[in-house]
Amino acid sequence: MKLALPKGRLLQDTAALLEKAGLGLTGYNERARSYRPKSTKFPDLFPKVFQEKDVPIQVAIGNYDLGICGLDWVEELLAKYPSGDLVKVGELGYGKNDLYVVASRYGGVSSVGEINNGFEKVRIVSEYQNLAELFALRQRVKRFSILPIWGAAEVYPPESAELAIIAEASVGSFAKYDLVPLARILMSKAVLIANRNSLAKANMSKLLTHLRTTEAETEEELPMPTVMGGRLKKLPKDDSVIRLALPDGHQQRPTMEFLQEAGIGIRGYAEPLKTRRPAIDMGGTSVKVIRPQDMPSQVANENFDLAVTGEDWLKDHLYRFPSSPVVKVLNLGFGRVTIVAVVSEDLPINDVNQLRNQVGRLLATVRVASEYVNIADKYARDNHLERYKIIPTWGASEAFLPEDADLLIENTETGKTLSKHKLRVIDTLFKSSACLIGNSNALADPLKRDRIEHIINIMEETAKRG
Amino acid sequence: MKVSKCKGMVDLLPLDMAKFRHIEQVFRDSCLKRGYGEIRTPTLEYLHLFTASGTLTPGMLGRVYSFLDWDGWSGERVVLRPDGTIPAVRLYLENLESGKITKLFYVENTFTFEETGRERRERWQCSTELIGSSEPLADVELMLLALEVLRELGIGPLMVRLSHAGLIKTLLKEFGLGAAEQTEIFDRVLEGDIKALGEIKTDNADLERALALLLDVKGISPNFVGNVRALLGKALPSFEPSLNDLASITEMLSVMDCPYEIDITSGRGFEYYTGIMFQFYSSTERVGGGGRYDDLIPLVGGPPIPASGFALYMDRLMDMLKMEAISYQRVLVKPQASDMSVLKTSLETACLLREAGYIAELDLGQEKPSGYRWLLSMPKHGLFQLVDQTTGGKSKASSQAEVLKIMEESN
Repeated sequence: MKLALPKGRLLQDTAALLEKAGLGLTGYNERARSYRPKSTKFPDLFPKVFQEKDVPIQVAIGNYDLGICGLDWVEELLAKYPSGDLVKVGELGYGKNDLYVVASRYGGVSSVGEINNGFEKVRIVSEYQNLAELFALRQRVKRFSILPIWGAAEVYPPESAELAIIAEASVGSFAKYDLVPLARILMSKAVLIANRNSLAKANMSKLLTHLRTTEAETEEELPMPTVMGGRLKKLPKDDSVIRLALPDGHQQRPTMEFLQEAGIGIRGYAEPLKTRRPAIDMGGTSVKVIRPQDMPSQVANENFDLAVTGEDWLKDHLYRFPSSPVVKVLNLGFGRVTIVAVVSEDLPINDVNQLRNQVGRLLATVRVASEYVNIADKYARDNHLERYKIIPTWGASEAFLPEDADLLIENTETGKTLSKHKLRVIDTLFKSSACLIGNSNALADPLKRDRIEHIINIMEETAKRG
Repeated sequence: MKVSKCKGMVDLLPLDMAKFRHIEQVFRDSCLKRGYGEIRTPTLEYLHLFTASGTLTPGMLGRVYSFLDWDGWSGERVVLRPDGTIPAVRLYLENLESGKITKLFYVENTFTFEETGRERRERWQCSTELIGSSEPLADVELMLLALEVLRELGIGPLMVRLSHAGLIKTLLKEFGLGAAEQTEIFDRVLEGDIKALGEIKTDNADLERALALLLDVKGISPNFVGNVRALLGKALPSFEPSLNDLASITEMLSVMDCPYEIDITSGRGFEYYTGIMFQFYSSTERVGGGGRYDDLIPLVGGPPIPASGFALYMDRLMDMLKMEAISYQRVLVKPQASDMSVLKTSLETACLLREAGYIAELDLGQEKPSGYRWLLSMPKHGLFQLVDQTTGGKSKASSQAEVLKIMEESN
């Protein structure tokens, strides 16, 4: 019996639930370094820890019999693949995380009904791209684009998107971001899910008895709170302002240090991050803090002029969109990683030729897991791994090998994590470090050129001093 | 490793393609003779072409093949065309818009996802669009054109089922339903739910009687329209335009001896229909359909230009088409020796046979040739030998001319 468990938000409550159910699970807590907890009570149980978003996918494709994750990620999968083998067994009573469609207070609309008349084209930003598309189609939005992102949706409206679809435990949380909820499109809590074929065949009665679920609650539709003082005027757009994106996560600290070194004053960008709109001591420049994975796309679509990200994410973008207007402006020198191809030490494979020779023998299809979907795809293509499929992941990718993937395309600083997980590097793709990227149209824009050059010069000097 | 085609896709084999081309040819000829011009729209269109018109239901749009193009970093998607008419209207507005009547036809495929993979996800259709006329005669011409094509293909017995989008929409409005409910019921009718209209409750006795008549009786004459008119009583004025339209069309169809029946639940297809909706049936099989869509061009961003059109479903027609085995006039020319002079005579003979209209092939060393009417042996010395596979009759000929003569005489 295989059970997929979530990392992150739901971990603590899920661990408590499993404790209560008497599974006797060891190694499933916030500080655990292993992705494979053990059950003392059920020796045949094989639990594995995934990013929450990966859990429904793993259960739907039959790698796992049971899984626990938020209903939001289940519905996100079902929105695109309704006929899959995913069964919702029941609600677990914790992890409330409802999905709201929100707009900025300064965006010009305050209800769903106004969307079609309020905007000529509606950009919807969300981690839930399938649900976002479904919403747009159901609302019969005349012209829309979906901006799929890794996170930080709340900072996009109104400049970078008209609408965002965001999961929040409480509708009250939006006020602090100056966002107005327009509709609640899903009420989500943690759910127990199962694979249809496993339910049909395998004896899961013991586990199902222990993991008591409840009927999904049918809450009354929440009336959307009205905004104090009604809708605010649209903010005027200043075409000469330079829009700079800075990273959160691992790259935040070195970026902050780099800016200090450069003598660029910035307030509100210290850890922990208090605002995603820090103030910069540089006239005519606005800053937003977003995920580094999202930057190349967001620079390409002209939401930002400049951004600090990694060369890895730039490459991943350019492999997908070869004619993208995003260019690398500067190497910044920090955040060095190597992008490598990795297999499990259990496989008798030491290089990519040996891997290729095993296709159709040891491996029917090479399952390639990676956060870098396009880099992984190009690597598999260029190396003629005749039959392969790409499994997109959202972090914790090393846990996929060996059971749920054969090859991993991953970044590594020292290689320690990889060897700890019994993984073997079979190829080095390229080295990557932080860089400044820009939109080539913005770089050529006479309104912006001088300011952009000023920023580049300061950063270039700092990078040279290293 | 066995490689198979994608789920829901179809391979067309030589016999399928023979049928396909035959249908296409009959359809093209009929259209060209009526002054229709052939077009072909691209396979890829922007998704917003379809979302902007607001005329494909969210359910339909949820099943389109959409993806990001190579320059799709803005997040706007492109689609494999899910429908023929909307791209044709886009093509018209972009290239051909004029005050004149424009008649277009095309043979194209459309793509719609279907979950099980058992149904086709790629479908072919022969379609026409008649743009710029609001006359009932234009709708009648389209129906007659479709029927002529079907008859020529030997499909039948034929029947046209008529419904009317304007009539249904007026009914839903007069019943006092909200806008969302009106759309929902209209969509259900279009998706083939024949009970949708019968479920509506009303206090208006006139409306109820008229609806009962429309649901219970299938009209086969313009008189039926008159009967409906009579039952409507005070509600009549709002129905006048639709009923007049239906009366004119049925009158013309009756004069042309065209087999039709008025069945208000028979309308199928797209939300963009505004007037008459017609479905072509061969016995119980629906082989095509169409209708009037006067609002579509403005919805796609053009001026108020009326239009109507139809599509014949090639996949269904191919299944129904009985093609005579094309082996009938096939000849296999078999050189009996490998020297160059025999080969040369064989090749020349094959050429002559082709010029005379036969399908002539050179024997490339098949063990048991099959599917040929004639086998023609070319010896190094002596007479040509001709075998008629249908009768087993053997003949000898001294020249190519004599071979041709024997073959012609036996036809």
